[in-house]
Amino acid sequence: MPAVISVEALTRKFGQLTAVDGISFQVEEKTIFGFLGPNGAGKTTTISILCTLINPTSGRAIVNGHDCKKEPRLVRSSIGIVFQDSTLDKDLTAYENLVFHAYIYGVKKQEIRKRAEDALRFMGLFERKDDLVKRFSGGMKRRLEVARGLIHRPRVLFMDEPTLGLDPQSRAHLWEAISGLPKEHGVTVFMTTHYMDEAEVCDRLAIIDGGRIIAQGSPGELKRSLGGDIIFLKTADNKKAALKIKEALGITPGEKEGELFLASGRAEEQIPAVIRALPDLVLSVRFQRPTLNDVFLKFTGREIRQQDVQGPDSLKEDLRAYVRRH
Amino acid sequence: MTDLNAIYVIVMRELKKFVREKSRLVSSIARPLIWLFLVGAGMSRLVGPRTGMPYTRFIFPGILGMTILFSSIFSSISIIWDKEFGFLKEILVAPVRRSSIVIGKSLSGTAVSSIQVFIVLMMFPVIGERLSFFQVALTLLVGMLVSFSISSFGIVIATFYENYESFSVIMNFIIMPMFFLSGAMYPVKLLPGALKWASRLNPLTYGVDALKNIMFHAGAGAMGPDFSFTLDMLVILLSSAAFVLLASVFFERKQ
Ligand SMILES: Nc1ncnc2c1ncn2[C@@H]1O[C@H](COP(=O)(O)OP(=O)(O)OP(=O)(O)O)[C@@H](O)[C@H]1O
Ligand SMILES: [Mg+2]
Repeated sequence: MPAVISVEALTRKFGQLTAVDGISFQVEEKTIFGFLGPNGAGKTTTISILCTLINPTSGRAIVNGHDCKKEPRLVRSSIGIVFQDSTLDKDLTAYENLVFHAYIYGVKKQEIRKRAEDALRFMGLFERKDDLVKRFSGGMKRRLEVARGLIHRPRVLFMDEPTLGLDPQSRAHLWEAISGLPKEHGVTVFMTTHYMDEAEVCDRLAIIDGGRIIAQGSPGELKRSLGGDIIFLKTADNKKAALKIKEALGITPGEKEGELFLASGRAEEQIPAVIRALPDLVLSVRFQRPTLNDVFLKFTGREIRQQDVQGPDSLKEDLRAYVRRH
Repeated sequence: MTDLNAIYVIVMRELKKFVREKSRLVSSIARPLIWLFLVGAGMSRLVGPRTGMPYTRFIFPGILGMTILFSSIFSSISIIWDKEFGFLKEILVAPVRRSSIVIGKSLSGTAVSSIQVFIVLMMFPVIGERLSFFQVALTLLVGMLVSFSISSFGIVIATFYENYESFSVIMNFIIMPMFFLSGAMYPVKLLPGALKWASRLNPLTYGVDALKNIMFHAGAGAMGPDFSFTLDMLVILLSSAAFVLLASVFFERKQ
């Protein structure tokens, strides 16, 4: 598939600080590409370059076949953007914001009304269309911005943390809309996030930290790069069970807090073999699949966001120990 | 085509907001009227007897100039607000020429300024001025051109500032000096050397002078216009073009 965004050795400096440090990636048509990284990683700076607001210090960025630095207007006419910070006119109504946008993007006059109303319905804002934006909640503003970004039917939609500040329900609603864009509307989506669950839904991910891309691939590939799942077993007799597993599968399981654990490529395929090897010994089985957080942890040595740590700590510890060994 | 649409919608946005904010209209009309009637009436006693021209009538073109100056610059530096609240980004990533954005913004200032000029101009009978229909029409037309020039100047200023804390700086160090050095309150030719030069570099001077050329009858003497109408118009038109160009360049310049 052809690449709609192609970035080569892109670097952007602010004085001494290198915000984006020689990154390269490609985004294929009609996919969702996620940029995952902590605060200050360089996500917004990259988007600003791609949507021609700032120039790169060096390197090249091509969007829809046009060079962001040399042909900014051609790039601009084919993209839509949802910025990290609100760029709505709060003294205009929702509808007026959309109409303004449609005009400056050259949407045909006779189509503007219909498109604006459709976009408002799509984002569940139709009833509030004539309210001033300053009376909107944060989530409603966010949805309005996504609606606005789509109204001129861009080929690429850039979204800088589109779900920031949304409640779980609005987030789910927005995600539903976003995930349908590539297939139903032929839009390529480039988005940044630091939510793992959002990153999961992307077709491809680049993990960025300190201005550098430290890993990229599909979420599945990235997780598999950690070596696969871990199976945890409670058994009637751990010693005996460990021995039998070694005989049957050639793997020596570890033991921690009364549970055996062993590395496994795909747990769902290996679990039957494990159980067969241990007749009458298994009391319970569970497995842990590495998360993107673990991927991030492996490549940077820290969590993307401390507060995102979930689950019992002991389990995290096991996993970390496991990850570090690989 | 996209560019014409963009210019149109930028102007519509400004007008919509202007109509919505009643207080802005009231205060922007009140300022020139207060100056005209309070300052004008007070000074008339002092100045009138010596020059043969009632001071209120002398400052009338200057008060129109003041109306233009404040409304045009206020409209243009709303760009600083747009910068602060993010909306400017929405305009800057649109596929329109920077010059179209500048022209759209200048026409916005021109539109709101012209409405106010019209209202203030209609006060002429109250101060005992007699103007023909032709003079009124020409005043409005020239008023529009001057508004455009000052609005585009305001945009050049706005490109230098990032937030509205700078508002008082602009008010005190740009708007007020421009007003006092424009010949609005006293003839430019009475100013001492350095200030006379400063007033000649002030784009508003030529606007006010053009209005004086239209309104004052021949023989106004020391109170009369300082330059010819042709020179005034030439400066207004050329400076407009220069400001639009400059503002476009400053907008294009990326960080
Ligand atoms: N205009 C600027 N001037 C100076 N430094 C800047 C500028 N913009 C960004 N930076 C710096 O560049 C680095 C990357 O910033 P950027 O906004 O791209 O991060 P981010 O990944 O978007 O972070 P966040 O998740 O917080 O939005 C930061 O260290 C930031 O301070
Ligand atoms: Mg950011």
